[in-house]
Amino acid sequence: MNPASSRRERRDRALRVVLPVVVLAIVLAIWEAAVRSLQIPPYVLPGPVLIWQTLVSDWALLGQSLLVTLTTTVEGFLLAAVGGIGLAVLFNQFRVLEYSLYPYAVILQVTPVIAIAPLLLVYLQQPTAVLVCAWIVAFFPVLANTTLGLNSVDRNLGELFALYGASRLDVLWNLKLPSALPYILAGLRIAGGLSLVGAVAAEIAAGSAGAGSGLAFRITESGYRLNIPRMFAALLLLSIAGIVIFYLLALINHLALRRWHESALQGER
Amino acid sequence: MSQLPAPVPRSTSALVALRGVAKAFPNGTQALAGLDLEVRQGEFLSLLGPSGCGKSTALRIIAGLSEPTAGAVEWGGPAQKAERRSRIGFVFQEPTLMPWADVSANVRLPLKLAGTPTEAAAARVDAALQRVGLAQFAHVYPRELSGGMRMRVSIARALVTEPELLLMDEPFAALDEITRFALNDDLLRMWQALRTTIVFVTHSVFESVYLSSRIAVMSPRPGRVVTERAVEAPYPRGNDFRTSADYAALCRRTSDALARAMAGGSP
Repeated sequence: MNPASSRRERRDRALRVVLPVVVLAIVLAIWEAAVRSLQIPPYVLPGPVLIWQTLVSDWALLGQSLLVTLTTTVEGFLLAAVGGIGLAVLFNQFRVLEYSLYPYAVILQVTPVIAIAPLLLVYLQQPTAVLVCAWIVAFFPVLANTTLGLNSVDRNLGELFALYGASRLDVLWNLKLPSALPYILAGLRIAGGLSLVGAVAAEIAAGSAGAGSGLAFRITESGYRLNIPRMFAALLLLSIAGIVIFYLLALINHLALRRWHESALQGER
Repeated sequence: MSQLPAPVPRSTSALVALRGVAKAFPNGTQALAGLDLEVRQGEFLSLLGPSGCGKSTALRIIAGLSEPTAGAVEWGGPAQKAERRSRIGFVFQEPTLMPWADVSANVRLPLKLAGTPTEAAAARVDAALQRVGLAQFAHVYPRELSGGMRMRVSIARALVTEPELLLMDEPFAALDEITRFALNDDLLRMWQALRTTIVFVTHSVFESVYLSSRIAVMSPRPGRVVTERAVEAPYPRGNDFRTSADYAALCRRTSDALARAMAGGSP
């Protein structure tokens, strides 16, 4: 790599960080200026400064809610990971099982979770219902991606394993799962974001029932009370949570694949 | 067969023989019909023919990766199907390495699947890598290697079980000429050192003459062996042989045989 192109690459990387930050600063400045100069009341549109102040002053309440939502999200995600990968492996090993159950997995996926949530709340304790919602939304991408990955094994490698008398377990463990790893990780990245969506959807559905204390519940509650700055503060926490989940999973993806998979390679060969 | 200038003597020590083998695929393609082929102990046999003549299919049938629709595969000696596996090494057209595993783990695979104890396996993996000149690359991942080096890893993996029969399906077709020549020489060296039997599929007249002790020329539609010829140049063969008049003459005669096979189906 010559020095000029490496310099260009470094500048490119710096720009990718700096530019979004600059855009954010400009938007926030215009927002704050508009709210102040037009004297928009905070119950219509609070400025960024007020939202930040609310976040700090209400931290005891909001931090607690954040913890509740995050716990649900992480639990939903883990169940989705175990359930999605496990079910995909079972489907792959036992065709009968796949034919019998796959349509119902699809039904679970295509029915909007926000429509299922109220029904679940009828039958389940609220924390359980929220968790189930997070799981329902998150597990399908893991199932679908893992299934695709398990079926994407290099044919010649498959024959090589057959030639050397590999058992089904050998093939699964030493060939199919490693081949499927990039697909599984891609599924998990989608599932991470979706389990947050599922948790929020269920909390909102439960909102009127009242027992919840997650972030989405705070948003609904603040809406009723016209506490718009707190709504924004809760929303801000939700998106930060989403961003952190996304990048955490991207990092895991990178660490797991950087030695060998095209998607995680960087620079020149 | 009677017109052959170098008739092949009937040998009794067949390692494996295909008798009247036919293969029809479910889509109706008749890949092989009436294929007779004997693989003899210790020889370097090339299956030479144009693309689509069923060379690879024949190789896969010998390996047990594909079942013939008619005819039989007969193994010399008391080989049971299960134990035959440990006697076969297979090198595909592609290196066919596991991208997620480093070179030594790739080479160790056949031993791992056979349940060889770790320490014994490690020694054999080292020896196999030594043999193909990749000892210092044991912990490198396949993507970091050149095409020729990947193929060396693939050969090391096939040889790590010290197979009685090494089956190679156009292994060097995708490599540049310089790399191919180097691998040809290394392969001959290993073949002589290990005293194994090799069946080598190729569409290159030059490669088949350079490597083989015997060439079976195949014709397409449906694939079968139309003529066999011994290559009676002594081993070890090297650059002197590659540039000799003998080599050129052998190539020309083999090329003619191939042309006749393509034209008339029989020599």
